[in-house]
Amino acid sequence: MIETLLDPLNYEFFRHGLIAATLTGGLCGLIGVYIVLRRMSYIGHGLSHAIFGGAVVSAMMGWNFFIGAGAWGFLSALLIQGTARRRNIGADAAIGIITTASFALGVALISKTRSFEQNFESALFGNILGVTPQDLIAIGAVTLVIAVAIFFCYKQLLFATFDPEIAPIYGVPTRWVDAGFALALAATIVVCMNVVGVTLIAAAIVIPPVAARLLTDSFGRLVIISALLGAACGFAGMFVSYYGDIASGPAIILLAAAAFGLIYALTTLRGSRRRLSAGRLLDSPLAGVDVH
Amino acid sequence: MIETAPMTRNGNGTSDAAAAAAASSVLPPPSSVLRPLSPDLRPAVHMQTVSASYGAADVFSDVTLEIAEGEFAGLIGPSGAGKTSLLKAMLGSMPHVAGAVTVNGAPVNPGVPPAGVGYVPQIETVDWSFPVTVEDVVMMGRLRRMGPLPWPNREDRRAVDQMLERLGLAGLARRHIRELSGGQQQRVFLARALIGEPRLLILDEPTASVDVKTRDDILHLLAELNRQGITVVMTTHELNAVAAHLPFVVCVNGGIVAQGSPLDVFTAPILSRTFGSEMRVVRDEETGGLLVAEAGRHGPFAEPAFHHAHLHAEGIAHERSGLGLTPEPPASGQGHRHDHPDARTRETAPALSSVAD
Repeated sequence: MIETLLDPLNYEFFRHGLIAATLTGGLCGLIGVYIVLRRMSYIGHGLSHAIFGGAVVSAMMGWNFFIGAGAWGFLSALLIQGTARRRNIGADAAIGIITTASFALGVALISKTRSFEQNFESALFGNILGVTPQDLIAIGAVTLVIAVAIFFCYKQLLFATFDPEIAPIYGVPTRWVDAGFALALAATIVVCMNVVGVTLIAAAIVIPPVAARLLTDSFGRLVIISALLGAACGFAGMFVSYYGDIASGPAIILLAAAAFGLIYALTTLRGSRRRLSAGRLLDSPLAGVDVH
Repeated sequence: MIETAPMTRNGNGTSDAAAAAAASSVLPPPSSVLRPLSPDLRPAVHMQTVSASYGAADVFSDVTLEIAEGEFAGLIGPSGAGKTSLLKAMLGSMPHVAGAVTVNGAPVNPGVPPAGVGYVPQIETVDWSFPVTVEDVVMMGRLRRMGPLPWPNREDRRAVDQMLERLGLAGLARRHIRELSGGQQQRVFLARALIGEPRLLILDEPTASVDVKTRDDILHLLAELNRQGITVVMTTHELNAVAAHLPFVVCVNGGIVAQGSPLDVFTAPILSRTFGSEMRVVRDEETGGLLVAEAGRHGPFAEPAFHHAHLHAEGIAHERSGLGLTPEPPASGQGHRHDHPDARTRETAPALSSVAD
């Protein structure tokens, strides 16, 4: 049994993919907490599409993919935040405008110039089995930097997420926090594109924190559970992908969705039991009798 | 005995707008009704010809206001009058402000919060499903004093525990904020503001959406804090239950309409101009209590059903006793006439200062 499980680890491409999937799963789960609590779940989906436009432009101009697409994503996130500050434009509308325009630009450039050598299919749907050592370094560096930043800015991020209008009054530089967060989100999406792909990255960002939220009311525990759940889904999803002979991106996301479904069912069942026992207590002959 | 001051009402029912316009015509311009601050008092808040806007839309204009250190002041006015924006201008969180704002002796610039200020927002704006405990929320107010690590140290925890105990929230540190009662929730945000040891406490509608007992508890608490030396500035739309018991009231409607003690500013013309609607003021001679009501067609003072005033007047003494206010007997020779022609002579000032008792 264990030998069977360890069998795919004999392949270098699988080892690279496993490390990449675990790190990106944890990273998406970590940053996803802030995305979900800011009620900007759609931004992961939108920004990944915007970055696709940046990836196409980077390829055309011969720029480094990580730098070109990352800068494009960062600017897109700043534009979304700036546009959403206008009182008559909601965050969802700002995301819809900026990210779809950027995605459309990428598609237009591809259709205009059909001589691309880059495999944009892997950008759209992920190609974890093609993860290179360079990709691993980029994923590891981004994960480390973001984890350290969240560790030291935990209190400021918590306040800015919970009460963004009041936080500046208590000394939280929310504009800088928002800008840093936009940069972190863009970097996360850029390094995760090869793993889960543009079309599935939103799920990797949203599912772990939403599932973890069902398990805890503590913000600190939520961050930890979400990151661990994301990493676990990435790790286990790679084996599902290998043995199920399905693409790794969908395997990871389907596993995360299944975990969410299981947690949802268990917490609903637990809630029903509590309500039931509370109802039985009320119906009992001892209801209202002080037994102390 | 009930005494009425029906400033602008006429027998055939003047319209609200006409009443407000009439009221304006008998009042001096706003700038001249501002009280001069005694030279021995230092201002906690000083605003000199301040205007503020959101883009092209002006929220308030030409505001000149001084609130002394140790004051307990209430800003009253209708929705959209600019009360919250006035608070935001004091806090440096209004984006477009013209004029000079000084808080605790230091100038306030947009985007730069003043030192020594605690702020309690309207709790209606809070996301109650957010995963934070009582301790998490109160700890936010201590952010400037905490170290770089994500978790609080022993001193931070002790400070939070002491603050929670002081506000009657001991034992609730680990509870989720959603699990508390309305009064407890309000006190959690008060604790967040107080843990930074502010000299000036600013509260936006702290008594909105709470029951009568909780409202009275909150006012007691604020009065106690004020007695300990903290300047308190709060907005409220509750004229009878809250503003009438404050020592100092500022009437706001796109600017300062009037300011002073409730006895000075709770007059039909001033309130009519503040609220843009015909208002009527009733005073109970025995308790010194004030009752304000809309005098429009559907208000409790709508003719001929004036008996409502009697019913409400019964409640004044009750509410005042609920706040711990002991009406003082009339002090002869200390009365003064109102600055409008129809106002009755007030022979006594109610024990407004005893809010802090």
